[in-house]
Formats: sequence, structure tokens, C-alpha cells
Amino acid sequence: MAIVGTGQAGTLESSDIMVTISPAEGAKTGIVVDLQSPVVKQYGRHIENLIVSLVSEQGLTDVKVFANDRGALDCTIKARVLTAVARCKKDRI
Amino acid sequence: MEKLRRAMMFVPGNNPGMLQNAGIYKADTVIFDVEDSVLVSEKDAARQLVHNAIKYIKYPCEVAVRINHITTPYGRDDLAAILPAKPDLIRLPKAETAEEIREIDEIISEAEMKNGFSQGSIKMMAAIETAKGLMKAYDIASASPRMVALAIGAEDFLADLKTTRSSHGNELFAARSQILLAARAAEIQAIDTVFSNVNDEDGFIAETTRIKELGFDGKSVINPRQIKLLYKIFTPTEKEIDLAERVLAAYEEAKAKNSGVIALNGKMIDVPVVTRAERVISYAIALGLRKGGQ
Repeated sequence: MAIVGTGQAGTLESSDIMVTISPAEGAKTGIVVDLQSPVVKQYGRHIENLIVSLVSEQGLTDVKVFANDRGALDCTIKARVLTAVARCKKDRI
Repeated sequence: MEKLRRAMMFVPGNNPGMLQNAGIYKADTVIFDVEDSVLVSEKDAARQLVHNAIKYIKYPCEVAVRINHITTPYGRDDLAAILPAKPDLIRLPKAETAEEIREIDEIISEAEMKNGFSQGSIKMMAAIETAKGLMKAYDIASASPRMVALAIGAEDFLADLKTTRSSHGNELFAARSQILLAARAAEIQAIDTVFSNVNDEDGFIAETTRIKELGFDGKSVINPRQIKLLYKIFTPTEKEIDLAERVLAAYEEAKAKNSGVIALNGKMIDVPVVTRAERVISYAIALGLRKGGQ
């Protein structure tokens, strides 16, 4: 499913992650994740894979995901991604 | 021994750092709040966060969730999002009628069935925060077998009463007494309100001592610093435990001898004295100060 709106969830506080999901810039780009994290070397790939699988489970195909991580646990990443997806489906920041 | 609920600590539901660390402070219960501490625009985010925290973080204590009132636009959505994660307890704020409790009970029953949880495994408690609610306290307390505790929420209650909070607490005396009576009549626990000035330790100690003397089982807290102070007041002293043990020993001895009247150190021991002693020993066992069966 392609989206037309943008959805954002989370904060820049410690242990949180701010996730912004918006429509892809071109067709058939897939899910493109731009991750910033203090632990990107250790856990970057894991976080990106988690985000991609969550977004894809929600039926989104061509989207841009910007994630600014502040050391969030997986359960927080999951919560923030799902909230951002729900909000972008409603086109709400 | 019933579940100890001395310290029930509120944790804002939209704060991941606080949610992930909530279990380390040794509160008997943590209450993840999706009501007053969460902005209306962030209710959806808090529900997701609380759901996932309960599901994936192993807490060493009872986990409760304070939902928005069932008549608000958020209450049912809170339950729909949070119940599948199986919290131990749902706390309803501003309870005013038994019907509200029964309505939530039904929603919980459906969720238990749908998710394969055992029936009755998710408990409930309610906070009385209005004069109207106080008038129905017993009906609320006894509205469902899921109900384990009745609490008072002082700030809203005193606003409804058109007064403010004082250091002596006279303005809450009638409400606290009534809530305690309702809870005891319904055979559930009574939980006191938060003490919001976290820097006033003397005030907190004075208030907690007062509510323990009234008979409350515990208190809501908003800061981990208050937990240690509260436990000190709610833990029986070695002297109290020792006396309770001697009371029970004298009682057992008298029973063995078929003796009708018992005395210990010149004081008569009757059934209420024995009941109190049993409660002290139960507390001591639950807190690891004595071994069970002693």
C-alpha cells in the first residue's frame, strides 16, 4: 500500500525513538530507512531490519522512514513505528 | 495472605525511559498511566507503548494500567489496545457507578476469552474522585468479583468538594473513612491517594502514618523516593512481630488446654487480638521477616 500522508511518533528523549514515515519520492522504491542512532555501529542493522519488517507487516510498500534513535528498546521501537504507521494512514503528525 | 499493595507507583504511559525502569524500585504495583499524564494528542502513542512494555518487559511486580474513564472517547480504545497484553490490573479513575465497573468487567471477560487468558485473571480497582462516587463507594467496590481495591484520588475529590488540601488532612477524613468502610465491607483493599509534594518527606511520613492507622493497605506514589519511606511505615517492627508470635503461641496453648479465656502479660487475648496478630505475622512472612509455617 502506498501512502499519501506523513505520520510521526516518539520524542528525542533518552530511551525513545522519533519515527517519521512519509510517501516515497518515486514509484517502486520499497521501504527506505534513514537511521540516526548512537548505537548505529552495534545495532544499526538490527534496528533497520526491525523497522522494515514492522512497516511491511502493516502493508506499506513504498515509503521513507526517518528514525532518530536515542537508545530505545525493541518494544519502544515497535510501539513508535506502529503509532507512526497508524498516524500516516490518518495523515496526522 | 492477600497480595501486598503497599506502594502503587504511577508511571507516565508515554515515557519509554520511565516505563522500562519502572520495575527496579520495588513498588508492589506499578500503574502505567494513559489518563491524566498523557496529552489527548498522544493517547494512541501511549497505548502502543504501554501494550509493548507489558508484553516484552518482565516486571518483578504487579502491573496495572490506569485507563481513561469508560465514558470518555478514549476509555474503550485504551482497553482494546491494552488488554491483549494482559496487564494484572485495570484501574478505573473517577468511578461513580457500579454500572461502569460491570461494563469494564464485561469488556475484560470478552478480551480474556478472545486472547485465551483464564477467566477472571485480570483484576480491577477503582478510584473514587467525586462526591457522587463516594456516595456509591460500596456499590462500586462490590460490583465485580474482579475488584481487588478501592482508592481515593484526592486532588479531583477536593476540587469537587470545593476545598483544598491541608497538612492535617481533615478535609479528607470523612472520605478516607468512608472508602475504607466500603472496601472492608466488600472485602477488598483500600488504597490512599498520592502525596504530590515529593520534596516534603516529613509531610509524606505524617500522612502515610495517619492512613496506616486508619487501616489503609497502601498508598499511590508518584516518585520512587517515596517507596522506601512508605515501606518503613508499613513494615511491622521486630517488637510487633515478637508480640504477635507470643499472642498466637498463647492462643494455641489455650486451645490445646481447652481454656476459654487467655491472657498474655496480664492483658486479655480475644479473637480480634488474634486476628490482628495473624495479620502482623502474614505481613512478616510476605516481607521475608519470618519464614512461613513458623
